[in-house]
This record gives sequence, structure tokens and C-alpha cells, in this order.
Amino acid sequence: MEIVNQKIIPPTAFRPSDLKRKMRLGEGTIETSLFIVGVLTIFITVSIVIVLGDQALLFFKDPDVSLMEFFTTTKWTPAVGDFGIWALVSATLTTSAIAILVAVPLGMSAAIYLSEYASTRVRSILKPILEILAGIPTVVYGYFALLFVTPILQSIFGDNIGVYNMLSAGLVMGIMILPLISSMSEDALSAVPNSLREGAYAMGATRLEASLQVVLPAALSGIGAAVIVGISRAVGETMIVAVASGATSEFTFNPLKAAETMTAHIARISGGDLSYNSVDYNSLFAIALMLFLVTLVLNLVSQWVVSKFREQYE
Amino acid sequence: MAKYTYPEKQDLQKFVAWRYRKAWIWQGVFLLSLLIAIVSLSALLLNVADGAFGYVAYEFKKDPSTISEKPIEELNQEELIALLQANLSKGAYNKLNDEKTMEKRGEGELYGLVLERIIQVDTKETYSLFDSLFRKAEIEAEVAEKFPEARLEFRYWLAPDFLTTPMSSKAEFAGVRTAVLGSIWLVAIAVGLALPVGVGAAIYLQEYARKSFINNLIQTNINNLAGVPSIVYGMLGLAIFVRAFETFTSGAMFGVTDTNGRTIMSAGLTMGILVLPLVIINAQEAIKAVPDSIRQAAFGVGATRWQTVWSHVLPNALPGILTGSILAMSRAVGETAPLIIIGASTFISIDPSGPFSKFTALPIQIYQWTSRAQSEFHNIAAAAIIVLLLLLLTMNATAILLRNRFQRRY
Repeated sequence: MEIVNQKIIPPTAFRPSDLKRKMRLGEGTIETSLFIVGVLTIFITVSIVIVLGDQALLFFKDPDVSLMEFFTTTKWTPAVGDFGIWALVSATLTTSAIAILVAVPLGMSAAIYLSEYASTRVRSILKPILEILAGIPTVVYGYFALLFVTPILQSIFGDNIGVYNMLSAGLVMGIMILPLISSMSEDALSAVPNSLREGAYAMGATRLEASLQVVLPAALSGIGAAVIVGISRAVGETMIVAVASGATSEFTFNPLKAAETMTAHIARISGGDLSYNSVDYNSLFAIALMLFLVTLVLNLVSQWVVSKFREQYE
Repeated sequence: MAKYTYPEKQDLQKFVAWRYRKAWIWQGVFLLSLLIAIVSLSALLLNVADGAFGYVAYEFKKDPSTISEKPIEELNQEELIALLQANLSKGAYNKLNDEKTMEKRGEGELYGLVLERIIQVDTKETYSLFDSLFRKAEIEAEVAEKFPEARLEFRYWLAPDFLTTPMSSKAEFAGVRTAVLGSIWLVAIAVGLALPVGVGAAIYLQEYARKSFINNLIQTNINNLAGVPSIVYGMLGLAIFVRAFETFTSGAMFGVTDTNGRTIMSAGLTMGILVLPLVIINAQEAIKAVPDSIRQAAFGVGATRWQTVWSHVLPNALPGILTGSILAMSRAVGETAPLIIIGASTFISIDPSGPFSKFTALPIQIYQWTSRAQSEFHNIAAAAIIVLLLLLLTMNATAILLRNRFQRRY
């Protein structure tokens, strides 16, 4: 039998054991190139850190600048060599704080209404509207801040408030991040299983009690993440403050005054003709590095909050 | 253990009634915040519409009846050219002729030139749409008193002309043609970079990556990149594309000599990197939504991993990937801060000729015009905003349509 078989099957014919040995050159190449593409994204982060760090290092090496002065003084006038980051940080803090004060209460209440009270029909109309509005470019909000909100504020505060002020920028920034916060919070609230609500109702809870004491705590990690992402968005927002909050760096927490945020300063200075490798030019990279690190920490914290505090339901 | 006593019936009823009242009040508060959110966002849109149309009071520096017997609107092309020749200095006329031969310009364009160069419209005051609609009499009285010479005319700042005329230093004659073309170039380059890289990375993460340190790092990193402020990307683009790769991005490598690194190419690449994390995350979601049974069926008949991905997973995920990419594109269209850093030129009246030319973009024009003090620039800013929003709306609607048309449910 063996002899016959060997004669019938020619040596070039297909044998099942060949499958193992058959190398598909393409497969390996494709997997490797896809892996390289994936690693490329890490390369972007690395190059951000290297580029910003490198130029920031040049800035701190400059004899006019010291790290101590940068982090502790409150005057930013590059022309005379004053580089105190607090002059810019104060404005960033003020506008972001106003924005968060507007966006968090409003955004969360809106999210609770959408998720717990609204009928499916109402929600299916309102939620996409909020999401579309979240996609409006920020320069449009800048126009709105300068030409709609500021005149209103001027009619309220009279001469106490200038054409450029942090209050208007902060308020509009709050309106800008509101859809983001309410949309993310609504997702978190909707993800809480209905059995929890039903359990609360069975105990005689009103809808408010079920929402605030049962559903909200269960969704807290998602809502916390939404707030942190909102803060990070506010800190990094450029166009609204560039248009509406003024072009003078000043250390002040008074929202009625004009002051320049970190982002607005970068935008204004780099918009002009700036000679490469001057102290001014390098200082922008130091500010950008700070912005990058602050938002990076905020984003990492938000991801950590979600994974650490998420309530898992079957 | 303290003995619990049940409250009196009356107290219990009061307590329950109070709880229900509280619930009712809070429901009102929640609804109110939602309404405030929607009202303030509609105020934004109304405010833009308010600026894009309305009455304008303007004066002519030179009375049209002194330069031509017929009304200028009725002149034909030849007569308009003759008019320009007669009233402009020779140098000015030749300069215009060099830019674009007079005979090649249409009647509308020549008419615009006559208005701009000879008659010289001088806008005195502009009014918002709501004022124009509801306070017409007051406006007329005010104009008659303040500018007796001026004519009052209802102007659609957003008109077909606005889309087709290039930039001008006078708001009355400015258009967004250059800016729209710049934005289109920009998005094309951004998508050309972000789509292949983004989809590739998403396929790797969803279909190939096993749990390992490096793959976790890639995923976390992508999530973080999505949260990096756009201005930081701008700084990255400035340092890398504008400066380090200047010979490439300025086109010097290809024989273009009239620019530096601040070109469409630099801006497009920066924008591509900015939207890359969005493309990846959206593509991942789309690939995740393809059920495992499809992969198993492919593996079951002996397909390799790549054959499975290419012939089964990708076709099913394609609508989702496209939707996500369009959303990422709309982000690229509206992003302003990185373009300021890259150095979009703010005054350009010549159409971009290729990826290595200087450029301006729609959001940049909006920013510039909003920052000007004269109110007529705010009007054209509003008109440009409407153009931008319509563009975004079309893109988003396309995305939603695509999703609804091709979405498969399993």
C-alpha cells in the first residue's frame, strides 16, 4: 500500500502538513507596518515633549531668566526681561474658574434632566442638538463673547468693565464646555442600570431622591471625569480668550479687568513677526510646555478616576 | 437598639408631601438649566445672524453721476473698462491689468472695481438685522441727522458675491474665496495624513494587539493626545514643520522659492496630527462594533488575519470609519489656534496655487475681522461665520446620513 500511495501522490502535491510551513510574507509585513503606525502615535507625544522641552530649556538657560523668577514672580513683560508666569496663570485660573462655575451646575442639571426626566422623544431631539453645538468652532464663541456678552455686561457694570474683560470670556467659555459636560455626564447617568432606579422607587423614593441619592452616586466616576475634561478644555482654550479677554498680561483675579491667559499670550506673540531663537520665542515654548503638562495631568487623573471609581454592574 | 416608632399619620403625610414638593421644584430647576443652556446657544446663532444682514449707511467720495452719464449698473464691460481707464492713474490701471487682464474680468468684478477705486464707498454706520427690521424709522431719522449725505441701503453681507470675491482691505468688497480655498487645501492634506495612519493604528489596536505594556501605552497615549490643547499642536507644528522641515514644507525641495515654511503644507500636516487621535478613536469604535462571529466565520474557512480584516472587518466598519473621519475633518475646518501659530497670512488676495503657497483659512479670517474695531468688519465676520457653520453642518449631516444609510445592525 505504501508503495502505491507514494506513486500516486506526486511530490509537489498539497499535503496538510504544508500549511504549517507555508510562510505568508505579507502577513508579517502587514502586522509590522500596522504596529509601526501605532507606535507613531507615541512618537507624537515624545516629539511634543522633546520640542517643547528643548526650546523651554533654551529659555531657562538664558541669563535674563531664572526658574525661580519664572515660577514666583507676577510680572510678564518680555521687553524688559520680566518673565513671571503668574501674570498669565492668574488670568487662565480666573477665566477657567468662571467657566467651570457656569458649566458644571448647568451641565449636570441638564444631564440629570435629560437622563432621568426627559421622555425618549425629547432626549432624542435635545441630545443631538447639544452634541452639534459642542462642535461649533471656538472662534465663533469668541465673536459671541466680544460682540454679544460684553455689551450686555457693559450695560450692567457700566464703566467698571472694559471692552476686554475676563468675565465675558469666562462666561462664554462656560457655555462652550457646557454641552461637553452635559453630554458626558448624560452618558454616565444613562449607563446606570435601571434595576437601581427600580429598587429606589420600590423603597418609596421620589424621582429626585432616586436620581440624586442612587443614580448620581453610581455615575459619579463618569461625571467626575466629565468635569476634569471640562477643566482641561477650559485651560487649553485659546480663541475665546484671545478675542475677548484682552492683550495685556496683568496679575489680577478681578474678572472685570482685562488680562491675558497663557494660551492667548502664545497666540498673540506668535502671530506677529517673531525672530527665531529670541528669548521671547523660547518663552512661548516654556508656556506651552506648562500647558501641556497641566492638561496631561488633568487627562490622566480623569482616566484614573474612571477606572478607579467606576461602579461595575452586571 | 433604639426602638423605632412610626410617625403619626399626619406627620407622615406632611413629610411625604414635602418630599414630593421638593422633587417637583428640583425638576423645574433641572429643566430650567437645560433651557438656559439651549437659550444661550441659540442666542449665539441669532447673534451671528443679527450681524450678517442689516442696513448700511454709506457715502460716495465721488458722485457716480459726475463720472458717467448712464447709471453705472447699466454699463457693459467695455464701458466699465473705459471708465476705469479714464478715472484711474495710469500706474494704478496697469497694476490692476497686470494682476488680471481687464478683458478677462467679468462685469460684476469690473463694477466692484469701479465702486472700490473710483467712487470709493465710505461706510459710515452699519445696523444689525433686528434693529433694521424693527427700528427702521429710527434708523432713517438717525442717518438723516448724522450723515445727511449718506444713502441707506439694506445689505446682505452674506451674498453669493461674498463667496466668490477674494480678500480685500475694505470690508465692503471683501470675500472669503481665498479663505475657503485655503481651508479646503488644509483639510485635504490633514485627511491625507490622518486617515491612513489613523485607520492603520486602529486596526492594529483592535485586531492585532495583544495585552502588553507597549500596546497599553499606545492606547493610553492616544486618549491623552485627544485632550492636548490645540495650541500645543500649533507649537509642535511651528518647531517641526515650519522650522525643522522648512526645505520640504516651503517647497524649496521642489523648486518653489517664494515662501518660507509657513505654508499650507505645514498647516495641513499639523492639523493632520491634531485630528489623528480623533480618527483613531472613532475608527476603533467602528471596528469594535463589528461582531466577532464575522471574524470567526472568516477564520473558520481558513482566512489569514489580514484577509479577515481586509475582506470582512473593514467593509463592515467602513461607514463608521467614514463618519468618524468626517467628524474629525469638521474639527480641522474649525480649528483656529494652531493656524495662528503656524502663521497663516491674514491678508492674501490670490488663490492658493498649491500645497506650498502661503494661505489663509476661514477661521483665521473670522478671528481677524472680529478683532478689527470697525463695525463693518464685524458684519463680514458674521457672514463668514455663517459660511463656516453651513460648511460644518453639511459635513455633519453627511456623516449622519452615511451612518444611517450604511449602518448594519447585528
